[in-house]
Amino acid sequence: MSLLVFLILHLIPGDPAQAILFQVGATAEDVASMRERLGLEDPLWDQYLSYLGGLLQGDLGTSFLYKQPVSEKVIGLLPHTLLLGGGALGLALLVGIPAGITAALFRDRFLDKLVTGIAVTGVAFPAFWLGLLLTKYFALELGWFPSLGTGSLKALVLPIVSLGWPLAAILSRLLRESLTEVLRSPYLISARSRGYSGIRVLFRHSLRSAIGPVVSMVGLQFGGVIAGAVAIEVIFGRPGVGSYLVESMRAKDIPAVQGIILTIGVVYLLANLLVDLGRAGLEPRVRDEWSSR
Amino acid sequence: MNGGEAEGHANGSFGSGGRGASRELVPLVLRPLAWMARFFQHQGLMRSLMMFVLFAVVTCAIFAELIAPFSPTDIGYDILRSPNRKYLLGTDQLGRDVMSRIIFGARPALLTAGASVLAGVVLGVTVGLVAGYGGRWVGAVVMRAVDVMLALPGLVMAMVVVVILGNGALSIVLAIALAQVPIFARMVYGETLSVKRRAFIDAARVVGCSNLRIVGVHILPNIASQVAVLATAALGWSILVAATLNFLGFGFSPPDASWGVDLQFGRQWIYQAWWLSVMPGAAIALTIMASNLLGDLVADYVAGGARANERKIRFDGTI
Repeated sequence: MSLLVFLILHLIPGDPAQAILFQVGATAEDVASMRERLGLEDPLWDQYLSYLGGLLQGDLGTSFLYKQPVSEKVIGLLPHTLLLGGGALGLALLVGIPAGITAALFRDRFLDKLVTGIAVTGVAFPAFWLGLLLTKYFALELGWFPSLGTGSLKALVLPIVSLGWPLAAILSRLLRESLTEVLRSPYLISARSRGYSGIRVLFRHSLRSAIGPVVSMVGLQFGGVIAGAVAIEVIFGRPGVGSYLVESMRAKDIPAVQGIILTIGVVYLLANLLVDLGRAGLEPRVRDEWSSR
Repeated sequence: MNGGEAEGHANGSFGSGGRGASRELVPLVLRPLAWMARFFQHQGLMRSLMMFVLFAVVTCAIFAELIAPFSPTDIGYDILRSPNRKYLLGTDQLGRDVMSRIIFGARPALLTAGASVLAGVVLGVTVGLVAGYGGRWVGAVVMRAVDVMLALPGLVMAMVVVVILGNGALSIVLAIALAQVPIFARMVYGETLSVKRRAFIDAARVVGCSNLRIVGVHILPNIASQVAVLATAALGWSILVAATLNFLGFGFSPPDASWGVDLQFGRQWIYQAWWLSVMPGAAIALTIMASNLLGDLVADYVAGGARANERKIRFDGTI
């Protein structure tokens, strides 16, 4: 992974040393000494080894743009992005699961059509466009929330909604499908015929087996959240890993781009690991159900 | 005679039996209408609307010069006009007609999405077939590489590729294509493994078919329908990613019409002129909705679509 990231970024055409010095009108000697100082004259292999060595010590290199360790900058920004992403995922679960249950219980009736119809828009709306619409109505016209910045908790509302909305839509669609399937299965009929109440059957018997795909989806969505955060952070002018990535990419700040992409990869992998563990916790459901009887 | 055959085909696709004997009397012009009516009857209002949108977008992309009321790049004195009778969707800060720009923007959007899905399918299917058919070691090595690619969200992956290749339409296409490769490769790999185990492959080998022939003639047709479902699902995803890349300022060339770029520039005028950013965004959203629906239709129609349908959610979840 680190090799891949390292290699692809060194294939970027254009000399970072020149890019850095471009604005100040540097001479050729300046550029050469800058290259020397940045270690760009060493063979690629040496560069990779020293990079890897640093990586093991938690050193992601020094940003060309900010003259500051990338790891410091990324760690400083990560909480902002995680807060945004966590909030969006939380919202998605909070809205998506009840919506999915409703749609499955009232399948093919009005409520289902309403939920599914809204969900279709959620999947198709680009998060940045949704963010823009929300800004227009709730920030500019109604003035309920600020349109930019990070000042207060209120400033988090619109970014979280625009990032979480598509996720909620997908989760509800997924839960609707899997729950419908479960609701048709014979063991639910047997549970009902034993006299368990509808609520109990829904929560203890159906939901536990239907929630599996939703849980693994949440893991996948973590990647979507991070990618979506790129656009959302730019739109709402929020500091964060995403907007930093865009900024460093424009400036060809290779160590920063490397560091951020590695961080995103690692966070994504960790999230998926967590989700796999969570699924493993849910998986023995059938055995538990039957042995406890 | 021919007409009757075409009707029969349309009937077959949507599962209703052909009934009238007067089919041949229906004039050619009315036939699409009848087809649309039948589609509406079977698929409902929402799907019909979306198919209309898809049709409209494709028409705009092909005949933009004929449809657009104004030139998309001519600047004029009527700046920042709100939507009115002359400029149906208003004008921008340079006096360009927003509607004409949206109509012309359909072309790059569809071309980018189509080309990148095509490239992604070709590359991904090749990788998947090689990994699936090439034996244990080849498969293990190739799929490990694919896993690494999957460790990055598609959009981030595409951004990296654009930075490497530089700005431009072609690099956007390649970036989006490469971001899809692991998803197609994974699916094809799994399918190839399961098809490979079946008896007719052994039979083909016994008869003396070459490996190339086995893969091309015996395995590929068996996974083609799954690939088709995933590819239509990838279409909407590609439009979304392309728009996001454009929006973030990657791969654009300002004077030409592009939904993502127009949205990005219109954003600065959100106080004075909401239509500058809202309208291109609506075009993006509607097109994605329509192509997602196309994906659903293909999934319904194709045998084994439901299985592929589960996979295509991958695209929905990981922008």
